Amino acid sequence: MIVELGAFALILALALSALQTGMAVTGRLRRSPVLAGAAEGAAVAAALAVAVAFAALIFAFVVSDFSVANVAANSHTDKPMLYKVAGAWGSHEGSLVLWCLVLTGFGAVLARARNLPFGLKTSAVATQGLLGVLFLAFAVFTSSPFERLNPAPFQGASLNPLLQDPALAFHPPLLYAGYVGFSVCFSLAVAALVEGRANSAFWPAWGRWVRPWALASWGFLTVGITLGAFWAYYELGWGGWWFWDPVENASFMPWLAGAALLHSAVVTERRGALAGWTTFLALAAFTFSMLGAFLVRSGVLTSVHAFAVDPQRGLMLLAILGGTAGLAFALFAWRAPQLKGGGMFAPVSREGALVLNNLFLTAACATVLLGTLYPLILEAVNGSTISVGPPYFALTFVPLMAVAFLILPAGPLLAWKRADLKGVSQRLAVAAGLAVLLALAAWLAFEPKKALSAAGLGLGAWLILGALAEVAERTRLFRAPLGETLRRARGLPLGAWGTTLAHAGLGVFVLGAVVETGYRVEAARPLAPGEVIEAGVWSVRLDDVRVVEGPNYLAEQGRLTVTLRSGAAPREITAERRFFPAGGQTTTEVGLDFRGLDDVYVVLGERGRTAVGAPAWNVRVWWNPWARLIFLGPAIMALGGVLSLLDRRLRLAVNRRRPAA
Amino acid sequence: MKRALLIAVAAVGLMAAEPPPAPDRPLPDAAQEARAQALFKGIRCVVCQHEAIADSPAVIAADLRGLVREEIAAGRSDAEIKRDLVRRYGDFVLFKPPVRFGTWLLWFGPLGLMLAVAAGLSLAARRSRADTEALSPDEEARVADIVAAADLRPDPDAKPSDH
Repeated sequence: MIVELGAFALILALALSALQTGMAVTGRLRRSPVLAGAAEGAAVAAALAVAVAFAALIFAFVVSDFSVANVAANSHTDKPMLYKVAGAWGSHEGSLVLWCLVLTGFGAVLARARNLPFGLKTSAVATQGLLGVLFLAFAVFTSSPFERLNPAPFQGASLNPLLQDPALAFHPPLLYAGYVGFSVCFSLAVAALVEGRANSAFWPAWGRWVRPWALASWGFLTVGITLGAFWAYYELGWGGWWFWDPVENASFMPWLAGAALLHSAVVTERRGALAGWTTFLALAAFTFSMLGAFLVRSGVLTSVHAFAVDPQRGLMLLAILGGTAGLAFALFAWRAPQLKGGGMFAPVSREGALVLNNLFLTAACATVLLGTLYPLILEAVNGSTISVGPPYFALTFVPLMAVAFLILPAGPLLAWKRADLKGVSQRLAVAAGLAVLLALAAWLAFEPKKALSAAGLGLGAWLILGALAEVAERTRLFRAPLGETLRRARGLPLGAWGTTLAHAGLGVFVLGAVVETGYRVEAARPLAPGEVIEAGVWSVRLDDVRVVEGPNYLAEQGRLTVTLRSGAAPREITAERRFFPAGGQTTTEVGLDFRGLDDVYVVLGERGRTAVGAPAWNVRVWWNPWARLIFLGPAIMALGGVLSLLDRRLRLAVNRRRPAA
Repeated sequence: MKRALLIAVAAVGLMAAEPPPAPDRPLPDAAQEARAQALFKGIRCVVCQHEAIADSPAVIAADLRGLVREEIAAGRSDAEIKRDLVRRYGDFVLFKPPVRFGTWLLWFGPLGLMLAVAAGLSLAARRSRADTEALSPDEEARVADIVAAADLRPDPDAKPSDH
């Protein structure tokens, strides 16, 4: 009964979204606040209806109702409760409902926004409603998770055990909040193209409305991607965290476009410039989200040889992607030339630096797009198959970003309109000197000598020190009395702290990525209980291996002791190979010993025999120096985004108060 | 009893879930083994989704690892080993695509795009500079009027001392 209620609520949401679009369009054309208000009400109601549908789906998973095909295919009575709930978004159908929930939920927030002018808001609500119609129709007609089975099976097929992990339970909701958050930027951009004028008062205001959405979506995406990378790191047991896999790239492209968007929107907000470009990026960010959804769901990526696992779904997604993006970009091509306006600026200025940032970020995004789609295109054109993997991106994407990082710290120090490059380089001289010294020291200190890794270390330090130099400059640290510095630090807007944190966080990530990739030590060999394997300064002893029983799996659990080579600082860890009888799959559970910033990462492999015939297990050990920073850096970046968001709210409140005063 | 049975079934499963791949036997020479490990990272497991043979548990990945080690032990160079793999499996087997006519766009597209956009930007900057002429005294006066009359929002970036 509850399941049928969910199915009904999903169809109701589709009808409400259609109503929302229709009423918003009519209301806009007739300039009727009543109709526009009704459209906003429909947007809120649609979000509630999808929430009911999603709750019904979760309920079906919680009570293990195997008469529902989706539950039978993705759940099992023995699964822990967290993964029963997470199973609701573990499949194509369920995750699509989650996608629609975020889409309509953000649409409802947009509909409740108070400070948008009538025309812009109504057009945006109409666009958001249209997106809702398309995706809800896709869910209802091709991918309903509420289809029944008759007869109902006695037991479910269970969720893929690789996905039964806390990080991966929370990863999709965060990722989707980011992906689909960009839909509001998309709608606001379409509305701006419809409503916008070549008038410099319009664009700064529009920049102010679009920026919080860009910031929030980018922040969610940052956390979501990081969780995914962390999951790959400790669940796959390959010692790596980013493989330039097409599915990873699909999530990275909207992130890059979103990062470009939130920088470009700053220029539009402050100076009214780059209006067309910011609109373009706002359209592009959500287009990349939809492209990612298409690539991942249609099956083009999992197998290069079949166009789609389910051609009907793939084609429908392609139609949604092509239709919405095509229309939006056609609108852009038609309207953007008429929307010129905004402030002039010299090449050396804050605006100039942000344009440069956008140049690099979009080129990086295009590189990822090229690397992801090229094998598909080449195979379609002449049938030859190639693989584009880490070496390609190391030669194209990484140098591009390295040059961008060299310029980055100067950006926030440059003045608007026209800046004094000499003064800025003097202020950054100390940071640059320290970074170069650090790179030199790293080059001399570590064997074998790795010039690129040492340079990368210097680059990471340069980003962090540059961000700190900017704060020091703004607070006149060491040049004014301490009290004055503190007063200035308190007076700095939160947005400025956000910038500093985000850029420093990027530096932290670069440090971690460079040191982990450049200086990690790996060792592997079969170990009988009591034997020892060494990796770098660490030595790992396999104490014993026993069979343990989990809630829905059985495991060979190895107990190991990690010590320094001298035998000091012992710590016990466990590493497992889990067998899930429900699906017949085996997974590895990595043994992780956190040592400060480093990880000692241990994988228990298959059972074999030693030369004398005793049982032995293949043990692989990695010493991953500074691996902690890889995941800490993006967390700091996301925190910077949160600070900037808080600042925006503060300033919006101030702006709202002023006309009354 | 039931539990013991389950454990027995699972123990069989733990061993039989995948047919056991050939065991990895590292090369005795550390430098040669390091070369092998470096090569493994760039060679794709041809039946897997997007895994290097360094990471994959598949049987063919283990076979390929064995093959690469054999060839290294036989004194072949990295380039020769890669050429041999490409002859057997096609370009698909290497994660670094070859630079040839069909992949020019892939390899040089990013750089070309950067150069094209940079050229476009500098052109636009030059044109806009040419377009801007100095204001006439009359216009200057109008600007001064507008500035004096407008209720301007204070620059949020201005230092506190500027106010």
